[in-house]
Amino acid sequence: MQTQLRRETLVNAGLAVLLLAAPVLAVIANEPFYITLATRMAILALAAVGLNFILGLGGLVSFGHAAFFGIGGYAAGILATHAFNQEPLLFGLSGTNQMLAIWLVALVASALVALLIGLVSLRTAGVYFIMITLAFAQMIYYFAISWPAYGGEDGLSIYVRNAFPGVNTLDPMSFFLICYVLLMLFLGVFAVLRDSRFGAALQAARQNPVRLAAVGVDPFRIRLAAFVISGMITGLAGALFADLNRFVSPSMLSWHMSGELIVLIILGGTGRLFGPVAGAMLYIVFEYFLGGITERWQFFLGLILLAVVLFARGGLIGLLAGKVRHD
Amino acid sequence: MTSALLIEQILNGLQFGVMLFLMAAGLTLIFGVMGLINLAHGSLYMVGAFACAVAAAATGSFWIGLVASLAAAAAAGAMIEVTVIRKLYDRDHLDQVLATFALILVFSEGTRWIFGSFPLYLDIPQLLRGVVTLPGGLPYPAYRLAIILAGLAIAIGLYLLISKTRLGMRIRAGESDREMIGALGVDIRTLYTVVFALGAALAGLAGALVGPLQSVQVGMGEPVLILAFVVIVIGGIGSIKGAFIGAILVGLIDTLGRFLLPLLLGIFLDPSQAAGIGAALASMLIYVFMALVLAFRPTGLFAAGN
Amino acid sequence: MTEPLLDISNLCKNFGALKATDNVSLDLRPGEIHALIGPNGAGKSTLIHQIAGTLQPSSGSIRFLGQDIGGLSMPERTQLGLGRTFQISSLALEFSALRNVMLALQARQGTSFRFFKPVMRDSSLTEPAHEILKRVGLDQRAGLPAGELSHGERRQLEIAIALALGSKAFLLDEPMAGMDQEGSKALTRFLDTLRHEAPILLVEHDMDAVFALADRISVLVYGRIIATGTVEQIRRDPEVRRAYLGEEA
Repeated sequence: MQTQLRRETLVNAGLAVLLLAAPVLAVIANEPFYITLATRMAILALAAVGLNFILGLGGLVSFGHAAFFGIGGYAAGILATHAFNQEPLLFGLSGTNQMLAIWLVALVASALVALLIGLVSLRTAGVYFIMITLAFAQMIYYFAISWPAYGGEDGLSIYVRNAFPGVNTLDPMSFFLICYVLLMLFLGVFAVLRDSRFGAALQAARQNPVRLAAVGVDPFRIRLAAFVISGMITGLAGALFADLNRFVSPSMLSWHMSGELIVLIILGGTGRLFGPVAGAMLYIVFEYFLGGITERWQFFLGLILLAVVLFARGGLIGLLAGKVRHD
Repeated sequence: MTSALLIEQILNGLQFGVMLFLMAAGLTLIFGVMGLINLAHGSLYMVGAFACAVAAAATGSFWIGLVASLAAAAAAGAMIEVTVIRKLYDRDHLDQVLATFALILVFSEGTRWIFGSFPLYLDIPQLLRGVVTLPGGLPYPAYRLAIILAGLAIAIGLYLLISKTRLGMRIRAGESDREMIGALGVDIRTLYTVVFALGAALAGLAGALVGPLQSVQVGMGEPVLILAFVVIVIGGIGSIKGAFIGAILVGLIDTLGRFLLPLLLGIFLDPSQAAGIGAALASMLIYVFMALVLAFRPTGLFAAGN
Repeated sequence: MTEPLLDISNLCKNFGALKATDNVSLDLRPGEIHALIGPNGAGKSTLIHQIAGTLQPSSGSIRFLGQDIGGLSMPERTQLGLGRTFQISSLALEFSALRNVMLALQARQGTSFRFFKPVMRDSSLTEPAHEILKRVGLDQRAGLPAGELSHGERRQLEIAIALALGSKAFLLDEPMAGMDQEGSKALTRFLDTLRHEAPILLVEHDMDAVFALADRISVLVYGRIIATGTVEQIRRDPEVRRAYLGEEA
């Protein structure tokens, strides 16, 4: 078992280095496009880390995580727009284009929405949970499309990339590093939470909720806390995504996005620490390189996904580092 | 707003509901009997619509198109059941969601590959192009009325199939105890393929029927799929009765909501604001309704058996 | 002090016209092993479910440690000190035996909302867990996933979990089921020592174990208690003989 743990650690380290090396090489080769690609990988990975917490560890298939991704994105977009237009926001508060403030708002907004959604959804189980999380995301999606004030179907532009103290955020490499550091930070948070008592209770809730209740712990409270944490992390990723593209699109809230996040996790390895990273890297590679070969790349993605689900259940990390062994 | 307009909207809601029922019936059967979440159901709807459009264009007859849609959707359903779906029955919901999501990608991009991104056209059959005068003097499109009647007929047919035939008996038995009927010697594999193909045929039929009203294009099945899931969740997964009542409710709530909300809001807001916000709220209405139902009945209104 | 820890009075459970539990009264006293036996279908599991809290009785009362627990959920009864094992082992199968016990310890302490210290390096959990596993004889298998344990070992693990919960009384639902001779004997010896820590209401079919362990036996037939007494009394009771032997004839 020791060797297996070491193997997974090696794979994780390799992925971390690879994700950092790609944009560095891009800088050297003077191809800034690839830095943007790597930044996309890092942000999608972060979004998937959030989902991995409730799905991988908690065993709950949320088909509505796009809701948090979009909320984070709109938080960034709305605050930046109000700052840019010098218009007051709500209750006399003004907008801001400071990333730290925006991230805080994204985290809090996502947490609140996750709390509300979780309170209702977590009382259901199985398919009903999948459907009700989907429904809530759809509600928010349709709301965003129809609400005229923030772009509706056309989305919302962020004219100037938001600011971070001491950093030139317009420089692609600098922005990549911000996203990379946040990704590593939250991977650390994931690992710490997973190994803690809370993580033990959450994983027990996945494996055998009856057993957990029988020892006197209420699975609902554990899952609700996990759902909120999960939503917050995905929400933060959404704020970063909006900043990367300088654009918030309602498609960030669509069920395709929710599906995409689930795909990232299964490609990389459900519940594995670096699963989201592996999954995001694989997915973006497919999107850009397969997509460069044929416009019909999603057809092949579909086939690859089918193959993964049917034959390579553990994802990339499962292939490289073997099955998960708990101590 | 006249009462004629209201009745017309109610009928439209019924028509929408009946079409949702065709989708939902298949979905709920597949989940009830095989325990499988099938996201690819929207793709089967699309296959039916495309088959109808192609066959109708080739032969000039909508009716041949309908037959083609049933055959194509059933065949597509049977094919994916045998190759992919049957490997998923023992897997958890996550695997089923992912695999059928992957099938959506394959179907959508595959269809786009063959037919391109532009919509195909499907005409209302000559016979039904006119307007029917309902009791009370209200004119209503013949085609839409035909869909309502066809849907009701199919609902009755399904009810008879499930409650009066041997196949129906096996389906009901399969819903309550999957392992047992296998032990009793019923050929499970064939039963599952038949159920899946039946559900697929219903979805394909729905696609073909709606084709003339909206355009036949890639991705047409997705909004309907989501609504169909909302319907079966509200109705109770595994219950055909629930699917019917749920579908009618969803059809009516959605259609009437889109019609009435902007009108109501127009009382205190200006027209363009009312239209925008009304549309926003109307889109959310169904989901709010579903959340409310689940808050009080976490397994839907008529959850089947166990 | 002979105040019973568990006191069940006039308990009834009806499923429509079927009386699954028919006016059952029994109690569990400190230091005793009270066995509950009866033919198949007598309603033993139904009774256990009502005591544990997974099934609501139709009428009657259940008192534990002097308090009416009828309105309490299963986790709440566990927290009060009512430990049970499941007829079909219910464990976190991916977790090791050690982690299963640690989970119970953590639950007992009420510390599941701690987010920072890794549990595997927390000696306040790992050490007591090892101790408990040693007591039930599972220490050698502590690191194995529960799913890989044999049937008998899973039973032992269930008891270890109940010990970790600091249970003040045990409800054991057929702990010997599916065990071989060796395993049964070892478990019998263990239960013999356990009784002094906490009394046990033991539902069992294995008559050797029952006669070896029980201080009192209650016999349940068609939902009714037809006899309660010592091993000798029950052996000689004519109604009991009729219920068992009559069944076989």
